[in-house]
Amino acid sequence: MAPVATPFFFYLFAAIMVIGGIMVITRKNPVHSALALIVTLLAQASVYLMLYAPFVAGVQIILYAGGIMVLFLFVIMLVSIDRSIRERQFNSQWVVGLIAATALGGLFIAVYTKGTNIFPEHALSIVESDNTQQVATMLYGQYMFPFEIASLLLLVAIIGAVVMAKKRI
Amino acid sequence: MIDPNSSLSHLDLETPEKPFLDANELVINMGPQHPATHGVLRVILRLDGEKVLGLECVIGYLHRGVEKIGEHRTYTMFNPYVDRMDYVAAVSNGLGYCETVEKLLNVEAPPRAQHVRVILTELNRIASHQLWLGTHALDIGAITPLFYTFRDREEILKIYEKYCGARLTTHAFRIGGLQYETYSGFEKEVKNFLTFFRPKIDEYEELLTTNRIWVERTKNVGIISGKDCIALGVTGPVLRASGVKWDLRKAQPYANYKNFDFDIPIGQNGDTYDRYLVRVAEMRQSVRIIEQAVEALPEGPIMAKVPKVMKPAAGEVYHSIEAPKGELGYFIVSDGSTQPYRVRVRPPSFVNLQALDVMCRGQLVADVIAVIGTLDIVLGEVDR
Amino acid sequence: MGQVVQYIRSYLSSDQTPGAAGNMFWALVYIMLVFGGLSVAVIAMNWLERKILAHMQVRLGPMRVGPHGLLQPIADAIKLLLKEDIMPAEADGVVFWMAPFIVVLAAFTVFVVVPFGPTHAITDMNIGILFMLGVSSLSVLGIVMAGWASNSHYPLIGALRSSAQMVSYEVAMGLAVVSAILMTSLNAEGTGTLSMIGIVQAQQAQGEWFIFKFFPLGLIAFFIFAVAMVAETNRAPFDLAEAESELTAGFHTEYSGFRWSLFFLAEYSAMIAVSSIAVTLWLGGWLRPFPNLLNSSTWDLVFSLFPGVTFLLFAAMCFYNAVRMPKHPLFRIQTIGLAGFGVVLGLIGLVLFLPAVSMRVQDIFWFAAKVAGFMYLYIWYRGTFPRYRFDQLMQMGWKVLLPMGLGVLILTAGVALLQQRIWHP
Repeated sequence: MAPVATPFFFYLFAAIMVIGGIMVITRKNPVHSALALIVTLLAQASVYLMLYAPFVAGVQIILYAGGIMVLFLFVIMLVSIDRSIRERQFNSQWVVGLIAATALGGLFIAVYTKGTNIFPEHALSIVESDNTQQVATMLYGQYMFPFEIASLLLLVAIIGAVVMAKKRI
Repeated sequence: MIDPNSSLSHLDLETPEKPFLDANELVINMGPQHPATHGVLRVILRLDGEKVLGLECVIGYLHRGVEKIGEHRTYTMFNPYVDRMDYVAAVSNGLGYCETVEKLLNVEAPPRAQHVRVILTELNRIASHQLWLGTHALDIGAITPLFYTFRDREEILKIYEKYCGARLTTHAFRIGGLQYETYSGFEKEVKNFLTFFRPKIDEYEELLTTNRIWVERTKNVGIISGKDCIALGVTGPVLRASGVKWDLRKAQPYANYKNFDFDIPIGQNGDTYDRYLVRVAEMRQSVRIIEQAVEALPEGPIMAKVPKVMKPAAGEVYHSIEAPKGELGYFIVSDGSTQPYRVRVRPPSFVNLQALDVMCRGQLVADVIAVIGTLDIVLGEVDR
Repeated sequence: MGQVVQYIRSYLSSDQTPGAAGNMFWALVYIMLVFGGLSVAVIAMNWLERKILAHMQVRLGPMRVGPHGLLQPIADAIKLLLKEDIMPAEADGVVFWMAPFIVVLAAFTVFVVVPFGPTHAITDMNIGILFMLGVSSLSVLGIVMAGWASNSHYPLIGALRSSAQMVSYEVAMGLAVVSAILMTSLNAEGTGTLSMIGIVQAQQAQGEWFIFKFFPLGLIAFFIFAVAMVAETNRAPFDLAEAESELTAGFHTEYSGFRWSLFFLAEYSAMIAVSSIAVTLWLGGWLRPFPNLLNSSTWDLVFSLFPGVTFLLFAAMCFYNAVRMPKHPLFRIQTIGLAGFGVVLGLIGLVLFLPAVSMRVQDIFWFAAKVAGFMYLYIWYRGTFPRYRFDQLMQMGWKVLLPMGLGVLILTAGVALLQQRIWHP
């Protein structure tokens, strides 16, 4: 069906994302931070939906909100919360953070001002109904090799994690 | 023998705070109000994740001072109190007490009384094992066996009710024999119960014995070796499941158990599954004993000649019987008056409970529940 | 006014779901119908579970409130609503407050894409099954939050257990689902679909429920899913998260009253949701049995009688039990009530015999009947099995179901490829 009130929903979700992101870094309680991050991820999934990318939205919900964040929470819950609140926050790298934030902000502004040259003016002609099929064709056809490389990379990461976590196997 | 370093006092509840992120150790309090501690047992568990590092039992929430009461009651008056210790096997408790006092008085119950005692005690063993089976299965998550066992236990309780008017704390026996003659149709009803009950044991077994989950949950869980059992004084089905063939009914026959033909089922591994099998086999053996006792029920008096006012000669006596849960012993010191100078009970549940720590180390929380269930403790008897 | 009527009418001639047709009015109507039906199903399930379990365990179950305890769920609901709402003093207020709502939201939202018939769904999404799995995986968040916010040991352990359990069984579940989705691509174009309606239509087009497809591959995938879905919903024998003999009540130990009833509601609607996935993916969704073997119009007529006959049977049960009621005056109201209930059911049954009605509700009936089968299985499991231990549960998920799922997926892909390339070039 045709989208309804697109600007309204876009700004709604964008606001939720920004507020959620700010909450993530300002909350002292790590569980609250994690929950705020989940809200951000869900709002992001909604934006994907508005961009006619339902598959990416679904994967975002399953993997990030439903999978990874649960594991995050899992670890955070086992940490003694009272202690971590009293503990000094990781503020010592604020110089680096400031530089990175400025650079990123500059990049965004540059993209926004020169956007018309970079992005095509016309709307993308993606049809929602076969988006998933197109993603599949792309991943398993044109981009087969990078896709497989990515999975290999993940495998290496898993093995690395196991080696680091287990003292003896 | 058990490693002395693993003694129970190791539990340091004031452990200093561990470094950040190492929040694995957890001290958890289970009970006294917990659905799986069979009453008011309190267990303090020290866990690493879900693995049990050690545990400590805190008892005494049901202490009523039964032993002390015994010093202020005459021998006859104390008789009903013993029923309140192991209230699911009240008849066995009564039998042990009566026989101990008889030993002190040097009288012996007449054969008919002995036979009826055996019948009622073995029925009680079945009832106790039924209750154990139901609750144990419930702890492990199988809810249905509980209702099956309670349905069948009801039949036993009906026989008790008809015999002495009470269902749970029966006070069925008197010192020197029985107070009541059996009611008319007693033998027939007991026989009917046996034919009714035999297929029911198969029914319980059908639900559990070969059930994959049941086997996985009970095999190799709460293992205790025969040596450890003897060192801790553990008796009853728990000891026999560890491969020690020790049953007081055979080892030092009391009542007239020596006249009956039955086997002592034993296990090999001493795990929860073996204890289950041993108890189920014991139910079958009890059926065998009752059958023989009912067939050979002699006529005759039901009371031996005992004085109205009992004043046993000064002295002491220890007598023990094989209660459903293990060796139930009474140690009575008489100073020649109408009241015992000291009554000491050796309750099987209390002694068996000691083994909990040994059996649970290195197991998971879920196994603690299974092990408490398999020990078949009754808190009334632990605390007295 | 005329425009509104026109807007409402315009949907009736379309053969799409209201969501796909973009008709807001009918979408709202469907939403209300689905959620109303779901609530009724949960209430009925509550009564049936207690009753069936009771009869399995040689007891009667609820008998006091209404004839045969029929009004018991309503009494329970009133009791739960009137109960004091307790929040532990040291609990994390906001998280504690939010947790039950997240669980309920996740459990209810998935029904947006459940296809009760070719057009009887709120909407048809291109990523239907992915949406269902994704949203239902969010309910674990609520459980984790509930366990953590209670600030108590048993709920925390319960939450840890259930999150670990749900995350690990999701993997096996996903693999089984993928192997079913793979089967949808066995058509001329060679493109599969994730849409719930598309999956059922693929089964219709291929003339085979996916449970029988590539025997025994479809059956094994279904089996994996059937085990994983019990674990996903935290039901016996995988109910470790709320193992009452170990953890008192698991993650919702500290909850009471209305909040607790929300968890209860979510649990049952999650059960219905995963059963709907299983029905859609492997058991042909709304399709009636043997759509291909017995496809003459006579058989169509015979099968269209089933809904009405079922309701008449229910009505007959009511009358039978009303006759068996004690003749004492105290039971008069109960007897009348039961007979009245039977009359209502019988009238519904008679209405369902009307061809116009029966053709429309047939799909829904077959779907509901299949889901009801799963619900019965849930109860049966609970009456029969002891509970798994946590490590055994993990072992089963990772060492048995996951390799099995991978194997089935690879074999299914291989066979599908062979079929497309060699047998039908």
